[in-house]
Amino acid sequence: MQTAENNRQYRKQLKEALDNAFQRKALDNFAVAYRGIRVSNFEGIDRARLIERIGKAKDAAMARVDALYHQFREKAEAAGATVHLAASDAAANEIIARIAAENSCTRIVKSKSMTAEETLLNHFLENRGYEVIETDLGEWIIQLRREGPSHMVMPAIHLSRNEVSRLFTEVTGKPQDTDIEKLVKVARRELRERFVTADMGISGANFAIAETGTLGIVSNEGNVGLVTTMPRVHVALVGIDKLTATVADALTVLTGLPRNATGQAITSYVTWITGANPSGASATGRKNMHIVFLDNGRSALAGDPVFSQALRCVRCGACANVCPIYRLVGGHAYGHIYIGAIGLILTYFFHGRDKDKHLIENCLNCQACKEVCVAGIDLPRLIREVQKVVVHSAEQPFLPGLMAAYVLKRRRVFHALLRSGRYVQQPVTGNTSYARHLPDLLFKDHKFKELPALAKKPFRDQWQPAAYRPARPRYKVALFSGCLQDFVYPEQLLAGTEMLKGSRVRLDFIQAQGCCGLPLYMLGEHGAAADLARWNMANIDPGEYDFVLTLCASCASHMKENYPFLLEKQAGTRVNARQYADKVIDYSSFMLLVGESAAAGKNARGQKAAYHAPCHLCRGLGVSAAPRELLEIAGYAYVPHDEEETCCGLGGSYSFKFPEVSAAILDKKLGAVAETGAEILVTDCPGCVMQLRGGALKQGRPIKVLHMAEALQQSK
Amino acid sequence: MEMHRSGLVEQFRQKADAVSTIVKPVATMAEALAYAVQVCVRKEACAMLSSGCEYGLSDPAQELCGLKQWEKLMAAPGLAAADIDRLTALCRDAGIGLIRQGLAAHAGGIDVGLTTADFGIADTGTLVLHCSDEDLRLATMISEVHVAVLRAEDIYPNADAAADRLAAFFSTSDYTAFITGPSRTADIERVLTLGVHGPLDLHVLILDGSTAS
Repeated sequence: MQTAENNRQYRKQLKEALDNAFQRKALDNFAVAYRGIRVSNFEGIDRARLIERIGKAKDAAMARVDALYHQFREKAEAAGATVHLAASDAAANEIIARIAAENSCTRIVKSKSMTAEETLLNHFLENRGYEVIETDLGEWIIQLRREGPSHMVMPAIHLSRNEVSRLFTEVTGKPQDTDIEKLVKVARRELRERFVTADMGISGANFAIAETGTLGIVSNEGNVGLVTTMPRVHVALVGIDKLTATVADALTVLTGLPRNATGQAITSYVTWITGANPSGASATGRKNMHIVFLDNGRSALAGDPVFSQALRCVRCGACANVCPIYRLVGGHAYGHIYIGAIGLILTYFFHGRDKDKHLIENCLNCQACKEVCVAGIDLPRLIREVQKVVVHSAEQPFLPGLMAAYVLKRRRVFHALLRSGRYVQQPVTGNTSYARHLPDLLFKDHKFKELPALAKKPFRDQWQPAAYRPARPRYKVALFSGCLQDFVYPEQLLAGTEMLKGSRVRLDFIQAQGCCGLPLYMLGEHGAAADLARWNMANIDPGEYDFVLTLCASCASHMKENYPFLLEKQAGTRVNARQYADKVIDYSSFMLLVGESAAAGKNARGQKAAYHAPCHLCRGLGVSAAPRELLEIAGYAYVPHDEEETCCGLGGSYSFKFPEVSAAILDKKLGAVAETGAEILVTDCPGCVMQLRGGALKQGRPIKVLHMAEALQQSK
Repeated sequence: MEMHRSGLVEQFRQKADAVSTIVKPVATMAEALAYAVQVCVRKEACAMLSSGCEYGLSDPAQELCGLKQWEKLMAAPGLAAADIDRLTALCRDAGIGLIRQGLAAHAGGIDVGLTTADFGIADTGTLVLHCSDEDLRLATMISEVHVAVLRAEDIYPNADAAADRLAAFFSTSDYTAFITGPSRTADIERVLTLGVHGPLDLHVLILDGSTAS
């Protein structure tokens, strides 16, 4: 559970997590294994269509959540259950305590429920004097340790068999082996006794089917069956977001949930309960059955045009499984109660701004979660939206964000600053192309990579249009330079445009273009980002061009995805933004379009080249084959590696906010690349070049990091 | 139709096998009963099938182990009367106790639970048991080995195809279980371990009358 009061405390917690060697290894093994599972787990299933069906079913349910609740209640009560609705976490806990008191229950067995974690139900009941025993093995282990879960599906993934053995030795009062099979059997026997003596069972539910008043619960261990069968009272605590209209809708979600969570086609058990069933332990012969629905902010979410999709979440945990940050720091540092990308969002709505304000900043915007989400939630988008609200509701305005907004929106001021920067940077660069002498006071955590210096002459001052005016152009293209290439890496743009000389591409570089606005979007300054989008669209008229070409995958992805989103509410610019977005193209895709002859080269002579797929290219734009093909066409021997599509750790301003995490991700990446034996590492984004080249240089790795344009030019 | 059925049986077998279910074809119910009794007879020979009573346990947990009857115990709630007579005879010959109700009193351990599934789902290797009856439910939960009989003609290609049948189950107070393989966990170091709270072994006997003659 992340409870830091300020950024410094939070970074300290992250550092401690990074130093936890066992957890690091466990999570890393899992991240790699999960990648393999994902390939096979949707075999024979149209995954894209399934995601769409799940999203639609959940959206339709949330649009009429009130009606579904009433229908469920009517059906379940007709079948003998009592249905309650709790507005808040406190209300839910009170209702459950009241049920326990009214039925003279004292010993409670519980199966896993994230909703009960959300309401801190165990603490509440224990404080009231009830004995509550978690019966899911992982949950029992962390309960005995007085911890929260570190993963939504595998709550004790951060613990070793040795730690569990020591814990069980304490609990049983008998020495325990470290053999996992034996430890599991000990838990079986210890908990079996608890089931026998319990008078109340508490479960969660994965589905609440309105048309029949049925609960559906998935589990692997078999404890759900016992929790819902052996004691005389059963209370199910269920978020109203688990309501679904029909049995068929529940089965649709069930097709995706276990596959995405653990790679199982289905869990060992799915338990479907309707109303009050026969119960030998109950004096009436029927189970005393209660279903407590929890709202706790969900109704408000359900009615929101942007955030309602957060309620599609089926709690599979996959967004944590693929998150490069979770992989390093684990769930205790990467969530309050809900963990992973969805946790960053739900924490704000369920547990408040204060619990979320540091967490929400801890996102690279790498889009891995969006790609894996089985309900099709645009998690990175929602994270940015929450961040925007958090930034703008802070007591103190976020100064760097305001300053950046002020400067970036004024192109002439911004560019003048950059130009003068190259004169004042001399003391830190020592006339090298790196900022080597940065003061420790401000930069001591940022020295895991060499930072580049500003170029002597920006691209805009070197641009010579004459060479790009073919008589009969096939394509008319506007070049969007992006600030990083324009002012730091103009050589990438020069190489990239050089490759188009003599082709039938008419290339325009419009001097008035400004920053794409991504840095502002990432800082939560969406208004200023929208202003920049409008500015660029005003200067580069999509009606006049076949393509807007950019050599920066981040600019490309931002303009393509976020411009229409940022300008959606403004009728005048909405269409224009979509047209502009449609014209945006990345360099690799464009070069393939221009033709093999433009990219072909002979100097590479089969030199081994690894590729780093920028997040904004492979996931943001969905481009994956083009750059690999291009490398082969240019004469390189492309060598793949397992971490090719894992983020480099830059994430724009992320690496400045969380340098320790950024450095650890970079390390991992460079290590994986080194194993390929490649001599050069090619990528399609100047940001990735900055991170990877700076890191390789700092670590003294022999590999050369190049932008695709430079790689093509070198082989030409 | 026959081809279709054999295709579904084969898919069921493959998917169930992939999650450690032991799948056997049987031609008659008598064969199924004899198989279940043999599983019970052979059971203790396999050391891996111990359910934990031999390890260091706290006193209350050990006490529950002590309640476990030393004779082997089989539970067969919900079996048809004719089958019960036959099973009773088989169990008597093998020295195995047989109960049909009151399973909750034997939470310390039942060696084999024998049930009949309502239907199966081929694409996940899943058994579906309509088990509002508490004893039937418990037989699938607290037995150390679960043996289920599934008729070949009751296998649906996927869960969607069975949605209407499920909705009919759910139309009154009801408890329905999807069972796919034995109980499992990977909660310690992600090491897959079978037999946490539920059965350590699951046998599915596919009863295909059409192969009898």
